[in-house]
Amino acid sequence: MTTGLLIGSSILKILFVLIVTVGAFAPILIWAERRQSAMIQDRLGPSRAAIVLPPGAVSMLDRARLPLWRLAALTGIVAIVALIAVTFVAIKGSNPLPVSTATLTWSLVGFGLASVLLRTGYGVHTIIVGNQGRIMLIGLLHPLADAIKFIFKEDFVPPKSDQLLFSAGPIIALIPAIAAFAVIPFAGVMYLDHLSEVLPRTGELSGAAIPMQVASINVGILFIFAIASTGIIGAAVAGYASDNKYSLLGGIRAASQMVSYEVVIGLTLVPAFMLYASLRLEDMAMWQHEHMWGIFVPPLTLGAINFFVASVAETKRVPFDLPEGESELVGGYLTEYSGMKFGMFFMGEFVEVVSLAAIASVLFLGGWDVPFLYRDGFEFSVPFVEASYAVPLQHWLVIVIQVLFFLLKIIVLIWFQLMIRWSLPRFRYDQLMSLCWKGLLPVSLLNIGIMGAFMLSGWADGWVAFFEKLF
Amino acid sequence: MAVEVKVIKKPGRTVAEQVYLPEIAKGISFAAGRFFKNTFGPKAKKEIATVKYPEEKVEYPERFRGIHRLTQRVDGSPRCVACLCCSTACPAQCIHIEPEEYEPDDPRYGYERYPSVFVIDELRCIFCGYCVEACPCDAIRMDTGMHMPPSTRREHFLYDKETLLSIPGQDGTYLTANPRHEPGDPTHPGVDRERGH
Repeated sequence: MTTGLLIGSSILKILFVLIVTVGAFAPILIWAERRQSAMIQDRLGPSRAAIVLPPGAVSMLDRARLPLWRLAALTGIVAIVALIAVTFVAIKGSNPLPVSTATLTWSLVGFGLASVLLRTGYGVHTIIVGNQGRIMLIGLLHPLADAIKFIFKEDFVPPKSDQLLFSAGPIIALIPAIAAFAVIPFAGVMYLDHLSEVLPRTGELSGAAIPMQVASINVGILFIFAIASTGIIGAAVAGYASDNKYSLLGGIRAASQMVSYEVVIGLTLVPAFMLYASLRLEDMAMWQHEHMWGIFVPPLTLGAINFFVASVAETKRVPFDLPEGESELVGGYLTEYSGMKFGMFFMGEFVEVVSLAAIASVLFLGGWDVPFLYRDGFEFSVPFVEASYAVPLQHWLVIVIQVLFFLLKIIVLIWFQLMIRWSLPRFRYDQLMSLCWKGLLPVSLLNIGIMGAFMLSGWADGWVAFFEKLF
Repeated sequence: MAVEVKVIKKPGRTVAEQVYLPEIAKGISFAAGRFFKNTFGPKAKKEIATVKYPEEKVEYPERFRGIHRLTQRVDGSPRCVACLCCSTACPAQCIHIEPEEYEPDDPRYGYERYPSVFVIDELRCIFCGYCVEACPCDAIRMDTGMHMPPSTRREHFLYDKETLLSIPGQDGTYLTANPRHEPGDPTHPGVDRERGH
């Protein structure tokens, strides 16, 4: 692979990761969290933020209503006529019409799509006009309004605080959360020269092979641990530098909680390394692609639950949000922060949720693996019967499906985390610590032994073989 | 006499509760059911209590006291006979009435008066409904179901007779359901001009 290709693809991948995490997931999460809680509590949630069009625009839009409707109807009629013609040709077997079959097919697809799009546009248009020119987008504009507010708020620094550390805190908290995404693979290997071909299912291919992750390093998951522990410093520094006793106590709480759960996270993942025999996340995803999803291996099921609990605690969210208990610590280490600095902590928390969901999905849910999707396309098979139905797909389509499915897994995990956030009451601090040191830690240590026994006894191979036969 | 002691066992936790995970699952499934019902469910099954205020409005109950109106007779003139009962009953003293006699050739002359000026200061009104209770002729009512239209000028809240007459009730009518007997009407329960008072 040439250096230019390496640099170019790396930049593209970094951009993709940034857009997915900071650009899309974090703002949508901020919205979804409030909206979801509202729905659980029979409220409507945020839906009032709006972009207001100038008064003249509404009447102008209103005048465009009839032409838009006519255009949608016209394209729809053309599409229906084309559909009838295509059906006629298909039934008859030959084409007596003055238009060629290819033109008919393309006009069917083109006019059909155009009609659907125009119809959608007409619906959106009706909503906007009905709202007197206010574009509301089911409340999706609230994060935008929040961001604008954060940016233009006064950037207050407490006079006796440590100015440098006070400003460094949010940066130290935000950067590691994003950086953890560097080693997460979001699709299988992409072969640049074969994008529009149907690849063979196995075997090496010629040409440039681009791993679909920003950095493919041999310590993989250890890098994530290292980076995640840097996040602790952010909270601790913020608490220390604020010159506020509540902040200091919150920072200490955050630091001790994160350090404790860091240990648990590390130990819960040891069985996973033992099974996958690698520290690279792409190898783990590949193993699960070839054999089975990790969560269906019995010791790893327990490991997945442990990891999930520990990761919620690691992100300091409900029911483990002790560092910011209002009744005890005001806002914890966030007390003195306002404006965009607070926004960065906020953002960092949400990006951390996304990245931990991504790690969990790579380790236990197969990462980019889609059931029945192989490198050459779908192949649906029925267990114990020699029947299968294959749908060959081009390489770029396979990659796109894998990326989308990976994002879907992340969304499901995040949804579950938010569900937990709105359902469970919070722990007491000593309960939090005893859950970690007396509950999760012994269980995950025991789990390492169980995994070892499982593998040494040969049951692991048998289990995997049984599963492979099943699917 | 021996004291009977009934030992009540302290309600403990079952194993399922102590393990905590099944209870979590129960709680989350309840919340998730709520979420799915309110997000993706059919509109009739949603239980969202919030109202998008300017676009949607909750209907007021029938007896809601909105802004006042003066009811009309069949010929369009006010039913008010300028007896000053409402302005006397008004605790906020927001009703100003100037009574006047009918012309001598009017059939109502000598029986009733009419208000030449009838002004209600809606900003001063406390919407207690005493004027409606006091009125012997069912001439003033608060069944419009409307708020005061907002304005930036104080004068706009002084509702004069014409304005009050032009506000319909909640059912859209300017009259009332109670019949009004005009002088000379055969159904009039009182005396008429020929027989004298």
